[in-house]
Amino acid sequence: MNKLGSAIFSRLVIILPYAWLLFFFLVPFFIVFRISLSTTAIAQPPYEPVFALADGLSGFFGKVGQFSFANYIWLTEDALYLNAYLSSIWIAGVSTFITLLIGYPIAYGMAQAPRTLRPTLLMLVILPFWTSFLIRVYAWIAILKPEGLLNQFLLSIGVIDQPLIIIGTNWAIYIGIVYSYLPFMILPLYSALEKMDNSLIEAAKDLGCPPISAFWKITFPLSLPGVVAGCMLVFIPAVGEFVIPDLLGGSQTLMIGKTLWNEFNANRDWPVSAAVATILLLILVVPIVFFQNAQAKAEEQGR
Amino acid sequence: MSNWSRFNIVSVVLGFAFLYLPIVLLVVFSFNESKLVTVWAGFSTKWYVALFNNQGLMDAAWVTIRVALLSATIATILGTMAALALTRYTRFRGRLLFSGMVYAPLVMPEVITGLSLLLLFVAIGFDRGFVTVTLAHITFSMCFVTVVVQSRLLSFDRSIEEAALDLGATPVRTFLEVTLPVILPAVLSGWMLALTLSLDDLVISSFTSGPGATTLPMKIYSQVRLGVTPEINAACTLLIGLVAIGVVIASIMTKRREVQRQRDEQAAFAGR
Amino acid sequence: MKSLGNIRRSFAPWTDPDAKPFITFRNVTKRFGDFTAVDDLTLNIYHREFFALLGASGCGKSTLLRMLAGFERPTSGEIILDGQDIAGIPPYKRPVNMMFQSYALFPHMTVESNIGFGLRQDGMPKNEIAERVSQMLKLVKLEQFAKRKPHQLSGGQRQRVALARSLAKRPKVLLLDEPLGALDKKLREETQFELMDLQQELGLTFVVVTHDQEEAMTMADRIAVMSHGKVIQVATPAEIYEAPNSRFVADFIGDVNILDGKVSANGNGKIELAVNEGFTIRTATANGPTPGSAAGFAIRPEKMKVTRAAPADASVNAAPGEIWDIGYLGDMTVFYVKLDSGKVVKASMLNALREVEDPISYDEKVWVSFGETAGVVLKD
Repeated sequence: MNKLGSAIFSRLVIILPYAWLLFFFLVPFFIVFRISLSTTAIAQPPYEPVFALADGLSGFFGKVGQFSFANYIWLTEDALYLNAYLSSIWIAGVSTFITLLIGYPIAYGMAQAPRTLRPTLLMLVILPFWTSFLIRVYAWIAILKPEGLLNQFLLSIGVIDQPLIIIGTNWAIYIGIVYSYLPFMILPLYSALEKMDNSLIEAAKDLGCPPISAFWKITFPLSLPGVVAGCMLVFIPAVGEFVIPDLLGGSQTLMIGKTLWNEFNANRDWPVSAAVATILLLILVVPIVFFQNAQAKAEEQGR
Repeated sequence: MSNWSRFNIVSVVLGFAFLYLPIVLLVVFSFNESKLVTVWAGFSTKWYVALFNNQGLMDAAWVTIRVALLSATIATILGTMAALALTRYTRFRGRLLFSGMVYAPLVMPEVITGLSLLLLFVAIGFDRGFVTVTLAHITFSMCFVTVVVQSRLLSFDRSIEEAALDLGATPVRTFLEVTLPVILPAVLSGWMLALTLSLDDLVISSFTSGPGATTLPMKIYSQVRLGVTPEINAACTLLIGLVAIGVVIASIMTKRREVQRQRDEQAAFAGR
Repeated sequence: MKSLGNIRRSFAPWTDPDAKPFITFRNVTKRFGDFTAVDDLTLNIYHREFFALLGASGCGKSTLLRMLAGFERPTSGEIILDGQDIAGIPPYKRPVNMMFQSYALFPHMTVESNIGFGLRQDGMPKNEIAERVSQMLKLVKLEQFAKRKPHQLSGGQRQRVALARSLAKRPKVLLLDEPLGALDKKLREETQFELMDLQQELGLTFVVVTHDQEEAMTMADRIAVMSHGKVIQVATPAEIYEAPNSRFVADFIGDVNILDGKVSANGNGKIELAVNEGFTIRTATANGPTPGSAAGFAIRPEKMKVTRAAPADASVNAAPGEIWDIGYLGDMTVFYVKLDSGKVVKASMLNALREVEDPISYDEKVWVSFGETAGVVLKD
């Protein structure tokens, strides 16, 4: 192999995945945006194209005048969409907070565990991730439904005398999101806490700081990067979550992922669902950039 | 260890109980005689028999396996390349966009990825089916491979590559004979991850699949919407079993290698 | 015949004006962005020489080595190896091999295939590779470890595998980057001599990078002391130690006392210095700064005597003081003497006897003195 071969090889390493992501990840977003500006038609595909790729640049500018923001106006007029966005963010936010509350003590406990036990504990956290997401959500239906295992258990020990109605409410969705995304919270928290030097805490105690205050003044601030990463990893996908609200939520549950799915599959209104997706993406851009900066920083530190 | 307080132990134990209890219950009730999933009526394997006689589920399983194997393999190749590009070439035009496109799919809601890919396929006039599902799976799983391989490459001792160059290996031979064998475990675990992501995916598959390319999660989903059945419990248990066996084998192998390594090291120091 | 540091050398091509250098760095500069790692450096290394690049980390010694290996390209200047400019040749086509600081053994290959790696790249026939590999294994005394993987070896064994691997291709030059840095002290001392024997036996040119002056002093024919991308002095270990050409080198190598003053006389092969400590130093030197100019005087602790009584001629090379501190090191004792001017100098004395009658103790009034050839004058 000669120098030319090496040069081609190193180029290929960049170009191939780059081109793939451009075509299958970035270009589709532009198509989504384009279709969100077109009008619905009863056809296959069910929309009037605003401009075709064949039109070229001149065609593009010629048709800019035909752009229709009707879909976006429609979204603002129908309270359903606004409520769906707000309730998605609310549900994702509450779930992220609960996940943090539950995940932090677990991650902290793991980081404090004897060194020999830690790899096993880590594997136990990762393991559920390898089982199907759908299955894990599905397992909760049997537990949460009115005649389900949780109610049977609570009735039998006499805590309640009426079955709790959980499934179909937001509580079921919180449980579903917390359960499904818990490992994503624990892992970054654990890696932040595990790195921490225990002598820092000892030094704080030595300087007269009681344990609980040492936790809040030393441990927690130092674990903040893990907290941020974990929250982003839970919050962002949770906003657009579809399976959990669909299977555990009820008919009155409003989440944007489900709305989009219904708009697309049931109403077959592609331009409106494209507009819904575009706005969802805009909402998530801020946390995604936030997440990427954290990721880039971590990459920089690993170097 | 004194650091491991009672509070720590309790939170870890409760956490793991929360993570595992639903799965355990699901497995237990797949062996339930009764059709009512939540009422125990004795041990039975009849739902497994019913499962294997369900042609629709079996067909979907076969589609899923093919999609997963193909997409995981291609995603691993592309993802490894992307990881190399990101760790080895610290500056090239559009690197920021590139790293953005690698990390964004990790958190992108599946409905958006699925919808946008579907609209791409429609825009270019590509019939939806086996190929489109596979392309979609490659796209979202390659980024996970990149992250796994990248973290290995960051801890990689570059001097062994320099040593190979120094001893006369061309850059390409250096990659094939030194770099690749050393990062292979990470590449393989990236492949495993891509495989399970593909086996698992429902939303993106639903958007990008067409007639004749129904995957197992899609099939399970449509049946779950009709209600919880022991047959699905059985299917889930089998999937969990497969994953568990894979994980156990992998961890036994790692453990064994570790033990062998320690033994070797002791021998090396004794024989010095 | 007199010689510095009581070592006689028969191998000294650098003193022969007709000898052709084997490796030449000519006006080599290497910049990384704004940082200049190697600054307009010119250096000759001769065939069969054991050459050491010595300096603190970041002085540019490793960059110099990596340019010789081909991992870095000089920003300007040329590097000539055996009559050929090698600046543009990639590392895998250069007739030099390197032993890495981390050893850089391929973790997935056995000792055998590590050593044979370079030979396989050259497409050498299998039986010849096998033969060469077993030769190399014998050379580094690792015959019974051929089938082991690197992680199954101790640190010293790994170091020998790395050495065998870099020697297997019979390079024209062997580059060694901190070759003994990862070994413990005892093993390091043994290995130093093994490396020297090996270099003699194979007749190769060795270029070694190290930050450990003892290591450089023991092994090298010549040492280049580097700082901030420049070579400060290139000389034999004895010259570097006994006749440093600058304050930097005097201070960098070993312990030294530096006394500052003004030249008061220069003639008859002798220089007289009036130092700020208020006494006169007379030292034998062929040429030196002219009277009136500022100069420094460097003297090693072991070349100073500490006595209770004033020396016979206390007018030059002697100063009174008081014992400030004493460090007992086993083989020697170091006296820190506070001169009347307030400056503290170090003088060390070998502990040749186990028991000493009435040793010098703290706070005693003493004299420090030294001979006319004990120190060197440093031009400012």
